[in-house]
Amino acid sequence: MISFESVTKRFPDGTTAVDSLDLEVPEGDLTVLVGPSGCGKTTTLRMINRMIEATSGTIVVNGKDVATVDPPELRRGIGYVIQQIGLFPHRTIGENIATVPELTGWDKQRTRARVDELLELVGLPAEVRDRYPHQLSGGQRQRVGVARALAVDPPIMLMDEPFGAVDPIVRSRLQDEFLRLQQEVRKTIVFVTHDIDEAIKMGDRIAIFRQGGHLEQYAPPDELLAEPANDFVADFLGAERGLKRLALVPVSAVKAEPGPVVSPDDDGRRAVDEAEAYGSDWVVVVDGDRRLLGWAYAAEAAERGRVGDAEVLPFQLQVRADDSLRAALNAMVQSRTGVAVRVSDGDRYEGIVTLELLSKEIS
Amino acid sequence: MTDGPAPVLAAELIRWSWVGRHLDDIRDNLVQHVELTGLALLFGLLLAFPLALAAVQWPRLYGPILGFTGVLFTIPSLALFILLIPFTGLQIQTALIGLTIYTLLILVRNIVEGLRGVDNDVREAAEAMGFTRARQLFQVELPLALPVIIAGVRIATVTTIGLVTVTALIGWGGLGQLFIEGFTLNFSTPIIIGIVLSALLAFTADLLLVGLQNRLTPWARSSGR
Repeated sequence: MISFESVTKRFPDGTTAVDSLDLEVPEGDLTVLVGPSGCGKTTTLRMINRMIEATSGTIVVNGKDVATVDPPELRRGIGYVIQQIGLFPHRTIGENIATVPELTGWDKQRTRARVDELLELVGLPAEVRDRYPHQLSGGQRQRVGVARALAVDPPIMLMDEPFGAVDPIVRSRLQDEFLRLQQEVRKTIVFVTHDIDEAIKMGDRIAIFRQGGHLEQYAPPDELLAEPANDFVADFLGAERGLKRLALVPVSAVKAEPGPVVSPDDDGRRAVDEAEAYGSDWVVVVDGDRRLLGWAYAAEAAERGRVGDAEVLPFQLQVRADDSLRAALNAMVQSRTGVAVRVSDGDRYEGIVTLELLSKEIS
Repeated sequence: MTDGPAPVLAAELIRWSWVGRHLDDIRDNLVQHVELTGLALLFGLLLAFPLALAAVQWPRLYGPILGFTGVLFTIPSLALFILLIPFTGLQIQTALIGLTIYTLLILVRNIVEGLRGVDNDVREAAEAMGFTRARQLFQVELPLALPVIIAGVRIATVTTIGLVTVTALIGWGGLGQLFIEGFTLNFSTPIIIGIVLSALLAFTADLLLVGLQNRLTPWARSSGR
């Protein structure tokens, strides 16, 4: 959908911003360009819609060499969102969103209907249509920026640190919203950030750049974290690479162990046997329908004679198949049992996830 | 001269009977004053826009353009009109050329600063949305520069209204004619009428321009900034 073929950008002062880049951005994917400042990621982005002209090489968008397309026309077909948003202060929100439809020559009725649709899509109330940008909050303005970029439903979106200017809480919400939106609209997106966590969260694929415009590695986040190509990539991913990777892998990826399971009616000695067989001093307690009740100390159950007579403690945190392994790890460290208990949507016990299972998965 | 006019001025600043008899003259002078001011501003804007656009497009030109209009601005007005007479005679052109020249510095500077003051992010966004250069200028940059441009027009207007009275010396002076008449006749009434009317004219013109700006820039009015 977008491909770079040995693209180089050298600025007049002699610095090389992008050095002989080869990159294929697959259709419908969100590809993140990430790297330290001066690594050429923004230059790479801006060469796609010719805000910056490549010095040499070819950039092909939708099968066409961009150098052969008139820049204004090229840009109308590519959504663009920047950190500072750049809304037009003299135009209402509705007029801002209608910018590209207007440039493209849509009729009034169609434009108006589209503006309504977009406001709803990005979760803004219809009243904001007639307000001016300065009357909106930062988060709302960012949504307007996204709506404006989506106005003529371009197949491609370029986003340059789009959530960089809002506070962390709003940013995280906007990221989640945007990912949901992307599930719906399935655009081909090139997304620039310097924040590796944002890259891992947002990207279907991540391209890591190094100063001087070298592409160091280009891979899906999981692969990147599992096998960094070199020390630079490993450093850039940071010391918590394992944890970051856990965040990407669902609980369903590891096979939960059956664990020591008893029911309240079981004899206390059975609890001790189960616990010993498993190598713990506690047992999981489930009812007749295998609904999770909690856990109990095996020794206490034996003392009282019956499991149900011992104190059954709840698991504060439980994980489900689609939670991340990171959530499972969190459940482990917060529980006296040292394991995460996995339940189904109907709260039925499905097994336990242990630290060994996690480290086997990510090592 | 030393003791003659003073008591007259003190005794009777305005002789209303004179005003009544000269209403038509006063009106003609006022109309001419407005015409001269309006035309000077119009020509000033017509010249200032291309100069300002050139200065924005090629920043290296900005210094020389400002320098040149600045030098013109410093020529004493009376001297400028006298210098022009050999070329254009005692005609309205002489007055208009002079008046127009004086608006240039203010107008060029404000148009350039207005355009330069447009946020870079806004400019970049416009470019990335696919505006052509001309459309971007007229639909994004000029509207956003309007408050600064109108501020310049207001200063230029008030300055020009004052300057028009000087062109009375070459016979095209609007309300300035009244001053000359007053001095010549040693008679205060026309002078006072001239002062009051030109001050009122400047005040009214300024108010109208403020109103115009509010109409043209509704986005800046409800400003929370």
